[in-house]
Amino acid sequence: MELGFEVTQLPPHDAPEEGEEAPGFTRPLVNDEYWEDAALSDTVPALVVFYPMNGSFPATYIWQEVEERGWDDHETVVGVTASTPYSHRRFLDERDTDARLFADPSNGVAREWGVAHELDGMTGVEEPRPAVFYVDEGMTVRYAWVADEHPEFPPYDEIDGVVG
Amino acid sequence: MEDERILYRLQACPFCERVVRVLDEHGVDYESRFVEPLHSERDAVRRVSGSRTVPVLVDPETGATLTESENIVEYVEKYYGEGEDPNTDGGGD
Repeated sequence: MELGFEVTQLPPHDAPEEGEEAPGFTRPLVNDEYWEDAALSDTVPALVVFYPMNGSFPATYIWQEVEERGWDDHETVVGVTASTPYSHRRFLDERDTDARLFADPSNGVAREWGVAHELDGMTGVEEPRPAVFYVDEGMTVRYAWVADEHPEFPPYDEIDGVVG
Repeated sequence: MEDERILYRLQACPFCERVVRVLDEHGVDYESRFVEPLHSERDAVRRVSGSRTVPVLVDPETGATLTESENIVEYVEKYYGEGEDPNTDGGGD
């Protein structure tokens, strides 16, 4: 993006790197009909997409790309953000995707993964910064990308190569 | 995964909470699936039970799919009540 001025930098993150173990978690996992508690370890191998909360324009843009590129045709794709299960249900209703979404209103998963983002001007509200991981069946991170700027979008073409 | 006992429920629905209470009292394990307040959004429930009302309990141990909290409570107390083992019911081993 050429804006003619400096884009806001995010502070350093502490996300798991390629080859490291992915932090496990259990949260309500929302599909197009219902939600139930699910462990990440029961959904891997999977592409794990951390994204800003439902309703934000980055959320819309990121999932439009996921849909258009058909990542969910090749891999299990799960999203994670600080929105409620009800919000996820509505978000999925608007999309044409087999992806499922973990509801993490406390943002605890993003914190555990080192990708939390406290929003300026929204006191007490935090969400994940955009980050994409490919986690294999042994819970090892095989691909990792984390946003360094606000806003920044995933390197979709690079991830196309991961998804295969 | 589908060998789990599944309770289709709606958050804060008193009939569902009643069933949860009785399952917990009898130490019966189950997985919760939460559905939408709007009936029209509950096709997953209709597929298993034929109607869109909750609670619905699907119990692979007995093959039963039950609707209506009154029925479910009665069933849980019958099969999982004190001193009874569902596996002895019907002459099995």
